[in-house]
Amino acid sequence: MKTILLIGDPNVGKSVLFSRLTGVDVIASNYPGTTVDYLKGRMNLHGEPVEILDAPGTYSLEATNKAEEVAVSLLDQADVIVNVVDATSLERCLLLTVELLEKRKPVIVALNMWDEAQHLGIHIDVRELENILQVPVVPTVAITAEGIKELVRRLDEARISERPRLEGEDQVWTEVGHIVRKVQSVAHRHHSVWDRLSDATVQSGTGWLTALGVLFALFWLVRLVGEGIIRYGVEPVFDLYRLPVAALSGWLGPGFLHDVLVGTLINGKVDYVQSMGILTTGLFVPFGMVLPYIIAFYLALALLEDSGYLPRLATVTDNVFHKLGLHGHGIIPVLLGLGCNVPGVLAARTLETRKQRFIAATLVSVTVPCMAQSAMIFGVLGHYGARYILLVYGTLSAVFILLGLVLNKTAHGECPELFLDIPPYRRPSLLAVTKKTWMRVRWFVAEAVPFLFLGVVVVNILNALGIIEHLARHVAPFMQCWFGLPGAAVPALLAGFLRKDLAVGMLVPLALSPAQLTIAVTVLTLYFPCVAAFAILLKELGVKDMLKAALAMILTALLVGGILRLVLM
Amino acid sequence: MNEQSLALLKQGDTATIIALHGGCGFQHRVRSVGLKEGKLLRMVAKHHFAGPLVVEVERRHITIGRGMAQKIIVARAL
Repeated sequence: MKTILLIGDPNVGKSVLFSRLTGVDVIASNYPGTTVDYLKGRMNLHGEPVEILDAPGTYSLEATNKAEEVAVSLLDQADVIVNVVDATSLERCLLLTVELLEKRKPVIVALNMWDEAQHLGIHIDVRELENILQVPVVPTVAITAEGIKELVRRLDEARISERPRLEGEDQVWTEVGHIVRKVQSVAHRHHSVWDRLSDATVQSGTGWLTALGVLFALFWLVRLVGEGIIRYGVEPVFDLYRLPVAALSGWLGPGFLHDVLVGTLINGKVDYVQSMGILTTGLFVPFGMVLPYIIAFYLALALLEDSGYLPRLATVTDNVFHKLGLHGHGIIPVLLGLGCNVPGVLAARTLETRKQRFIAATLVSVTVPCMAQSAMIFGVLGHYGARYILLVYGTLSAVFILLGLVLNKTAHGECPELFLDIPPYRRPSLLAVTKKTWMRVRWFVAEAVPFLFLGVVVVNILNALGIIEHLARHVAPFMQCWFGLPGAAVPALLAGFLRKDLAVGMLVPLALSPAQLTIAVTVLTLYFPCVAAFAILLKELGVKDMLKAALAMILTALLVGGILRLVLM
Repeated sequence: MNEQSLALLKQGDTATIIALHGGCGFQHRVRSVGLKEGKLLRMVAKHHFAGPLVVEVERRHITIGRGMAQKIIVARAL
């Protein structure tokens, strides 16, 4: 089977094009570095199946980070190269084009964002560009599918350019400048009010105000949408669901099967949070408590990503992140981590050095509460008012900063300066935002729900075998004197390893004081991430660094829990 | 000519890039996002405490660290 490789600069629309060609839905955003791994898909080309690879963006074949290395290493597998070029930044994209032509493989150029280029008054002579490069050049607008048919029709015309080889970098640059002067003309444009506003969002004072405003709006939107879904969607459905569950409970009668499926009855009734049955708590926690906020969060994130604001946020927050051994780009793993730590840790790949990747992955998995953890925090402390919730988030933020400072001092390696390409602001398309939200929600359900079911089963089995009781008895003295928590809280902390949100139902019946609950949820958030996040940490960091991260986790959880105990009790 | 490092430009200044210092890798990286000799740029933002700079070149905004900016020599338009 023939392999076609999509390759190009970051943020030129390769992933949108990939999804147009293969029909495979992929996450695309308006900021460089959305794709950190390559994607594989298939399409039919004139009745024959071909494989399509979507590479992470790279400015040049001289890779400067891990994601770019992936892109370059894919070249060998390719039979045909589709070089995706941003028509609004022709000069910069042509560097890669010229380098690719030197590889002596069949190339075809997709001149993407053609509509935007015309809008900006950039005219490109496509015929002339084809003549110079000696490969086909097709103007496309991947977002609206304009020009895609033409690109597919001409894929066979992709050919090996017979241009003379260029010697050294200087010649390549001279050649690029030469080509641009020949094929491109730009109409002069004045600095508009819009441009001034756009500038203000990256300048120091106004930039911080914008950042605070945007983050506030983000959380407000998440709450509004999340609560809306719960009130009008989740509550009515689960109220109806009580009838069949009650019937099943009566039919099963007491016993092990009842405990696993329905769980323990609280005051003679099923309690969705505390019963701990697969069909009650196992369904309610993911779908009733966490999912509404997951949907809301990913919707807000998609709007933020597609607007093009994130690189500006990275610029404004750069100073702070530098103190933590990262640079402004570190905001992206953190933001993604607020949804789920797994994509957060994955996003650390776009950072340049190993030290940065280690710090970002560790900080995200230790201190950034994912939606399930947030659901736990709100679920446990919600009744006691905002004070305790703020205390938990305040503690986590403080630990984020302190742990960052410590890791920056102790981890070896460099933290280079921020170097970012800022895309223009774009209006997010409703269709793209909906699709992206749906994909991430679907991913979350597929990923999280099995672990939750497993958690419920394991908790029940351990309970039935008396193992939890045994463990609780042994750990209880330590828990009591260090965290001020009763031994009964041990099962909740153990279950947290599988899923944090499961711990809510196990903490609520213990009648702990708000201060004890605050300590419990803080420790739960800080210590080991869930199994899924742990697996990804191992994969991204390797065994040695993962163990270091785990050590940082345990020490932080012990230290912070102990300090909170001294302060609160 | 009013030659100076990019890091010394004030917010709102425009200048032409005349030379790149620093290693090959560095030069390659900045050129590949459009910061090349002969290009006209505008200083869009300068962050405090030796924070990053934002410059506009070829209608695109680039964020760049101070240290890197010091290695880019420009001629300020008067």
